[in-house]
Amino acid sequence: MAEAATDAQIVTRCRSGDQAAWNELVGRFSRYVYAICVQAFRLAPADAEDVFQEVFTRVYEHLDRLRSDEALRPWIAQLTRRLCIDCLRASGREGPVDPDTLEPPGLDETIARLDEAMTVRAGLEAVGEPCSEILDRFFCRDESYRAIGEALALPAGTIASRISRCLAKLRGELEGRL
Amino acid sequence: MTGCDEERIGELLRLLPAAPQAWVQAAQELPQARAEVDRIVARAEQDAAFRARLAADLEAALQAEGYEASLAVLAAVRTRLKVAG
Repeated sequence: MAEAATDAQIVTRCRSGDQAAWNELVGRFSRYVYAICVQAFRLAPADAEDVFQEVFTRVYEHLDRLRSDEALRPWIAQLTRRLCIDCLRASGREGPVDPDTLEPPGLDETIARLDEAMTVRAGLEAVGEPCSEILDRFFCRDESYRAIGEALALPAGTIASRISRCLAKLRGELEGRL
Repeated sequence: MTGCDEERIGELLRLLPAAPQAWVQAAQELPQARAEVDRIVARAEQDAAFRARLAADLEAALQAEGYEASLAVLAAVRTRLKVAG
């Protein structure tokens, strides 16, 4: 099984103009940025889309300024957080946020959980197909056994046991990382 | 790890649903959009009337001038010029 590229490797390839690396970077962090926008800050869809695009635009424009290539994730988190606050400030939206910082309560804890979730996603990449597809469909897309079976041409009656086996495989991959 | 840990893994996976595909695609197209964005920004910096039209309605102004107005271009121009969405 091929090892997934590290964040630092992807950053290096992006700097050399590698489009595939950029696609990988966006693919790897799109869920994270999206989750910060809609779960942590509860932005409306149109605002979330603006922030999402602006985050990746800034990452693309300023990748050279990243001090440590390993610090990509915290940099993206900080950027997303700041742009969400700017968005709330610009919209003057009332909501369950601190009036001084415009940060929702428990933001640090929410982002810490999303960081843990990113570690699990990385483990999911590492276990490869078909497990990553089966677990993604079941947990992230909330698909039924039947829908998963139809999509992957597998008997629906085997999906539960496959999920269980894939979870065990993922658990092994994550040993010591969570 | 225990069964409880598997439950936790499931919970963590659920925290990261996929972003809308169109958003992801627009972000991935940023590198190709860059040349067009550079042209638009350069013109806006020299042409105040064009810049004002961009500020008033970015997408309409770009389309009227024959520029590509993909999501990637719109987002990048918005960021570079800090015009309203």
